[in-house]
Amino acid sequence: MSIRDKVAIIGMGCTRFGEHWDKSADDMLVEAAYEALEDAGLAPEDIQAYWLGTCASGWAGISLSEPLKIQYRPVTRVENFCATGTDAFRNACYAVASGAYDIAMAIGVEKLKDSGYSGLVITPPPGDGTDPNYSAPAAFSLLAPAYFKKYGLDPETGKKVLARIAYKNHKNGALNPKAQFRQEVPMEKILKSPIVAAPLGVMDCSGVSDGSAAAIIVRAEDAKKFKKDPIYVKALSVVCGPGHGAMHQDYDFTTIRETYYAGLDAYRQAGITNPREEISMAEVHDCFTPTELVIYEDLGFSERGRAWRDVLDGVFDLDGKLPVNPDGGLKSFGHPIGASGLRMLYEMYLQLRGQAGPRQIDNPKLGLTHNLGGFPWEAVCSVCIVGKETG
Amino acid sequence: MVGITAYGAYIPFNRLERRRLAEAFGEPAPPGEKAVANYDEDSVTMAVEAARDCLNGLSPGDLGGVYFATTTPPYREKQSATTVSAALDAPELVRTADFTSTLRAGSTALLAAADAVKSGAGSVLVAAADCRLGAAKGQFEQLFGDAAAAFVIGKENVLAEIEDACTVAGDVITQWREAEDRYVRTWEDRFVVSRGYGPLVTKALTAMAGRRKISPQDINKLVLYAPSPRYQAGTALSLGFQKQQIQDGLFDTVGIAGAAHAPLMLAAALEQAEPGDRILLVTFGEGADAILFRVTENIKQFSPRRGVAAYLQSKKNTMNYQTYLRWKKMLDFEPPRRPDPDRPSAPAMWRNAKKNLAFYGSRCTKCGTPQIPAQRVCVHCQARDEMEPYRFADITARIATYTVDYLTFSQDPPTVFAVIDFDGGGRLLCEMTDCDPAAVDIGVEVEMSFRRLYQAGGIHNYYWKARPKR
Repeated sequence: MSIRDKVAIIGMGCTRFGEHWDKSADDMLVEAAYEALEDAGLAPEDIQAYWLGTCASGWAGISLSEPLKIQYRPVTRVENFCATGTDAFRNACYAVASGAYDIAMAIGVEKLKDSGYSGLVITPPPGDGTDPNYSAPAAFSLLAPAYFKKYGLDPETGKKVLARIAYKNHKNGALNPKAQFRQEVPMEKILKSPIVAAPLGVMDCSGVSDGSAAAIIVRAEDAKKFKKDPIYVKALSVVCGPGHGAMHQDYDFTTIRETYYAGLDAYRQAGITNPREEISMAEVHDCFTPTELVIYEDLGFSERGRAWRDVLDGVFDLDGKLPVNPDGGLKSFGHPIGASGLRMLYEMYLQLRGQAGPRQIDNPKLGLTHNLGGFPWEAVCSVCIVGKETG
Repeated sequence: MVGITAYGAYIPFNRLERRRLAEAFGEPAPPGEKAVANYDEDSVTMAVEAARDCLNGLSPGDLGGVYFATTTPPYREKQSATTVSAALDAPELVRTADFTSTLRAGSTALLAAADAVKSGAGSVLVAAADCRLGAAKGQFEQLFGDAAAAFVIGKENVLAEIEDACTVAGDVITQWREAEDRYVRTWEDRFVVSRGYGPLVTKALTAMAGRRKISPQDINKLVLYAPSPRYQAGTALSLGFQKQQIQDGLFDTVGIAGAAHAPLMLAAALEQAEPGDRILLVTFGEGADAILFRVTENIKQFSPRRGVAAYLQSKKNTMNYQTYLRWKKMLDFEPPRRPDPDRPSAPAMWRNAKKNLAFYGSRCTKCGTPQIPAQRVCVHCQARDEMEPYRFADITARIATYTVDYLTFSQDPPTVFAVIDFDGGGRLLCEMTDCDPAAVDIGVEVEMSFRRLYQAGGIHNYYWKARPKR
C-alpha cells in the first residue's frame, strides 16, 4: 500500500512571505490560489474540491470559499499544528487518488502579524492552567544541552554548530525573492544575538511572517494533459506520538521520535533504503536550529551523533552532498503555520523542474519535505517525498 | 494530655539585605536582612511548606483538622485552609478553618486546635503564615519579613504539653489594614506600646501567673511577639525576665512575620528545648494570648524535616530592591509582548485537584511505571485503566534537560523550565523556582515545592514547581 506515483502536482502558487501589514489572510489566499491556477492553466471552476490548511487564521471551509467565491463546492479546513499545510495536501492527494475527484486544490495560509505579539500565539482550550507556559524556543532549546552532553560537545562548539545551521539557511534565503529575509547573516552576528531561551539566541529562531501557498493535484496518469513537467508524489506520511517524552525517562531529548517514524513510513512508501544517498534535497522544519540538527539524524541523513560534524563539514549546504532548505527554510521565510508545508513543496516543485534560478541544485531526482508541530516530546510530524519522474 | 506533637517551619529562600533599602533611599536602615517570599509564594504556599516540614513522614491521613492562620489570605471570600489541607493530602473528612484579620491569628488557631482536640477531633494541624507589606521607604518595609510555622496539636506523643492559656481582649487601634489597604497602617509608637502592647501583654501574664502561681524564673524561654525589636526586650525585662530567657526575635534574619512570627519563634525554641523546659508563648493583636508549654521526653524523638535552623542557613541574599518591588507588585513593569494567562477553568481544577494540590499521578499496576499527570492508558505498556494513585510530592528528582526562557510571561523573567526525572520513575516538564539560572544543569537534584503559578480572573492558581534541593 502506497500513494507512490498515484498523484501529481500540476500547478503551484506561493506569495512572498513577510510582514504583510497591507494584506489580510483573504488577500493572500486569493494571490496563492490564482497563481496556482494560472500555473496549471486552469480556471476556478475546474477545481472540484479544496483542502484549506490554517492553524489559527480562520475557521471552517468558508475561510476559503468566501474570499475565492467558490460556487458551492466542498472545502475542508485542516488543522494539525505545524503539519497543517502538508496535511491539507495529503488529504487532497488521497481524495484524487481515490477517484472521488479529478482535480483538487490544497492551500495553506497564516496571518501571524495581526496579533501584536512576538512569536506564535495559540489560545488553548480551557484547562486547569497548570501546563507550563514555556515559549516555543524554550521548548525546542531543551534539545540543545541534552544533545551537547550526550555527544560531548562543549557549549562553544554546540553554539557554533547551531549558528552554522542558521547561517546556511540565511545564505540560501538571500537567493530567494519570496523569502521574508533576503540577506546573508554573518556567523558572528548569529553567535552574538540576544538570548531568548538559553542557549538559543534570536538568530536561532525562525521568523514570524504571513504567507500563503497552494498546489493543484491530479491523478498521475492525467498529469501530462495539464503540464509537460509535473512532479509526482512518492510518499505521504503523518505521524502523531503518545507524548511519551514528557512522561517517560527513557526519552533523552536528542531525537524527535515522530520525525523518525514519519521518515521510516515515507521511505517505505517511496522504496528508499539509503536516504543520505537517494534523497537529492530536503526542506525540513527548522523552527529552531537544534530542531534541524536532530532532524538530520532522525531522517537518516546523518548517523546518530554525527549530524553536528556534517553541519560543520557543509554536507547540507546548497553545494553540499545533500542540500537542506535550499529555499532558505523557516529561518528565511518565517513560519506562517498553514502555509509552510506547501511553501516547502513549492521549492521542490521549482527545483525538480529546473526553475530555482540561482539556488538551482544540479539535476535533482527526489525531494523530501518535513514538518514538525508541537514540541520535541509531543509532536505531529509530516514527511512528504516528491520526484521528477514516475517509477 | 493535649499539646504539640510535631512542629515545623518555612523561611523563604530569598532574603533582602536591609542595606539595600538604605541604598535605595539614602537613609539609614536597621541591620541584617529580611526573608522575602518569591513572587510565586503567598501565605498559602508558605503554610503548605511549613506543614510539610512539620509532618516530615507523619501520615496526613491521621489529621482531624487543618487550621490556617494569616493576616494575608489570598481571598476575602473563599477558604484557604481547604487548599492547605488538600495540598497536604489530608483526608476529606477533616475540619478546616481560616483564622485571620489579627496578628493573634496564629495563637488563636493553636488554642482553637487544642479545644478541638479536647473535644475529640483527633489531631489538628495549625499552619500560620504571613507576608505583610509595608509601604516603600517606611519602617514596616524595613521590619517585615515573610515566613511560616506549623504545628500538630494532639493527645498522643505530645512533645510540649499545653499547661495553661490565657487570653485578654482589648480593642485598641494599634496596627491595622482596612479592607482595601495593601500596606499596614499604625498609630504612633508611644501609644501602641504604652496603651496597647505593654498593658495587654502584662495583663495576660499577670493573670496566668496569679492563677498558676508561677513567676518569670520558672520559665526557660519566653517566646514574645513584639511590634519592634526594642519593645520585645523592654517589655520582657520590665516583667522580670532575664535577657537569656528571651527567645531570639529573628529580627535580623527573618523580620517580623505577622501572625506567623511568634509561632516561628516557638518552633525555633522547640528545636533547642530539653525535656522539662517551660516555654511561654505570648502574642499580641487587639489583645494578647499567652500559652504555657511544658516540654516532655518526646521532644527527643521528633525533628522537623528542616526546621528554623536549617531554613535560616539555606538562603540567597543577593536580591536587589528592584526585584523586591517587582515580586511584591509595588511597581508597574512593562509587560512582555505575550498574552496574559486566561483564568483557569474551575471544572478542570476540580477534576484535577488530586494532581494540582496533592500532586498525585498514577502508577501502572501492569508494568510499574509511575506517570504524571495520571493516565488512563499507560505511557509505557499501553495497558488500559490499570492505574493506581501515586504521589510525587515528596520524591526527589534530577534534571534531565533544561532551558532558560526569556520570552514567556513571568513576573520575574527569565523563567527556568526543566525536565525532571523522579527517583523510582516518572518524569515531568515543569517550572523551576528559587534557582539561579547559572547553577541549573543536567543531573542537579531537585525537590517539589507548592507554589502559586499565577492569578487570573481573581483565581489564584496553585501548583507544584521544582527547586534545587535546599
